[in-house]
Amino acid sequence: MTERLTRQELVRRALAGGALLTVPGLAAACGGSSKSAATSAAGGKAVLPKHLTFSNWPLYIDVNSKTKTHPSLVQFEKHYHVNVTYLEDINDNDSFFGKIEGPLSQGQSINRDLIVMTDSSGLPQRMIQLGWLEKIDKSAVPNMKNLQPTLRHPSWDPNRDYSLPWQSGMTGIGYDPKKVGGDISSVKDLLTNPKLKGKVTLLTEMADSVGLVMAANGDDPGHVTDASFNRAIQTMQKAVSSGQVRQFTGNDYAPLLARGDIYACFAWSGDMVQLQADHPGLKWVLPDTGGMIWTDQMLIPKGGNVYGASVLMNWYYDPKIAAEVEDYVNYICPVVGADKVLLKTDPAVAKNPLIFPTKKMLANVHEFDAKALNNPKYKKAFQHLIGA
Amino acid sequence: MTAFLHRRKGAIPYLLLGPGVAWLLVFFVVPMYYLGKTSLSSGLFPLFNFNWAWGNFRDAITSYQTQFVRSGEYAGIATVIALVVSYPLAYWIAFRGGRWKNLFLLLVIAPFFVTYLIRTLAWETILADNGIVVHTLQHLGILGPDGRLLATSAAVIAGITYNFLPFMVLPLYVSLEQVDQRLIEAAEDLYASRPLAFLRVTLPLSLPGVFAGVLLTFIPAAGDFINAQLLGTPQQYMIGNVIQSEFLSVRDYPTAASLSFVLMAAILALVLVFARILGTERLTVAA
Repeated sequence: MTERLTRQELVRRALAGGALLTVPGLAAACGGSSKSAATSAAGGKAVLPKHLTFSNWPLYIDVNSKTKTHPSLVQFEKHYHVNVTYLEDINDNDSFFGKIEGPLSQGQSINRDLIVMTDSSGLPQRMIQLGWLEKIDKSAVPNMKNLQPTLRHPSWDPNRDYSLPWQSGMTGIGYDPKKVGGDISSVKDLLTNPKLKGKVTLLTEMADSVGLVMAANGDDPGHVTDASFNRAIQTMQKAVSSGQVRQFTGNDYAPLLARGDIYACFAWSGDMVQLQADHPGLKWVLPDTGGMIWTDQMLIPKGGNVYGASVLMNWYYDPKIAAEVEDYVNYICPVVGADKVLLKTDPAVAKNPLIFPTKKMLANVHEFDAKALNNPKYKKAFQHLIGA
Repeated sequence: MTAFLHRRKGAIPYLLLGPGVAWLLVFFVVPMYYLGKTSLSSGLFPLFNFNWAWGNFRDAITSYQTQFVRSGEYAGIATVIALVVSYPLAYWIAFRGGRWKNLFLLLVIAPFFVTYLIRTLAWETILADNGIVVHTLQHLGILGPDGRLLATSAAVIAGITYNFLPFMVLPLYVSLEQVDQRLIEAAEDLYASRPLAFLRVTLPLSLPGVFAGVLLTFIPAAGDFINAQLLGTPQQYMIGNVIQSEFLSVRDYPTAASLSFVLMAAILALVLVFARILGTERLTVAA
């Protein structure tokens, strides 16, 4: 079940692959114009680089609180004799994209081998279209077979040629039952209940806010039309104009909710697990009309070391390693088998439905229409709503 | 080199100007050129074609008129409040500060030791719905039981005023400090009452400081977006918020660039009108 490859095995595998496959076929499988892919195609030898750089979001990996190191990465470094620079420099999809857009558009490297960006921002899709991503060297990622079946064929990257999930998360309603005076599970309630006037925040991510409201309107967020989009915008506009909605936020809704400045909000599942540690009274639910699901994707930017990055991806698709990460990170694990490992080591995490959601929950979440994500008309309309 | 300077004394001023001019050229003129080019382009990210798209400017102004007007209002109100608060403060430090003057000035700029973002975030806590300020105002009946400060215009203006206050105090202090005490004494010797001496002597002499302080406060305040973002709601968003989201979220660079130009032009126009009112010779004194 676990396939942890050693270097020799990898070389053997590449040689065998080279013998079986035609050269163009292998080149297609390994992708791109990257150096390592080229060498593995030509010489049948893939060599790990001495150094890899991995950019990720803050607090998104296991941490040893004493040494401030990341045990899963330290093991990787020891096992493969590769130094990994781990940067926590992605705070916001748009801002990070703004940072890397300059060099990538000029064909320059951004000095990173692996980055993590959210699919519902539309940016991973965009980067594929722009030719700014390298294809994954799938021969180096046999553990890809552990990917959750539901995540295998996203419409924007149907064969997972360019992307592999790091974590997923759900968007639903976070609230304080004491302030709300009971439970709340309807988006309509959030947007119209006079008891919550001025005590509600929505999210600045279009896919999250529009998606939840669309589902509440009885429309399908997975197939966005002009009519359903405009309906959602109008519904929110009414709530903004009436003063029901106080603000649109990124994850800064967390302190507002904890302090009691707001009573209920659109919120991300993982944030709420973290918040509940200090504020056990707070609750998170999927709205009765359905929540949203999104996935942060590992991507190899142009100029990154394809082979090295692919081996690193493979490492994190080993259920044992994935379980180590999941014990610290409170989002949804994309690796099959990690829950079985955790059942032995930390059953509370394995049984937390916000980390390993039930089938019923997964049936009640939508993925936002990938085609609508980068529609400039929609983006403008949404920015108008949240900024005017 | 020295021989060269001896032969051409006329070159010295230009050599002295050199670093400044080079700086302006590289970090102001060149970016301005690209910004101007982008503002007249059209197309979708990442391919924008330069085609003299003057319509961008019309669209920018008509779509975001509200935010332009709001930016002017908020920045204007904040500047006036800052002036009213700062003048007595600067006056007191300049004339009554004695040997503690430098300490008081240090206290004025002390907040700058903490970053802008953190200071504004602190205001979130100060003005929180369950915070001490809101509770006190509710007790006094100034704020209704459901009233709030956070996420209102008042909070945004307060934040701007607070953040730019030192820019008002310092130039005021400098100009008041330079006022020749003997002129005030002379006015009083000539039977001017103290208020009259202030109005006819001190105030006019401090106008260059007022001018500089108003500019240093108003200009950054009009382009600010952090205060509206953290202390306001969409109903308080200023033009800075719009430009930021057009650049980073919508990625409509031409609209963002033309908005930036309109903002610059509007501020420049206001400054010129203001300079006219206070007199151009004062402008040169202040500068």
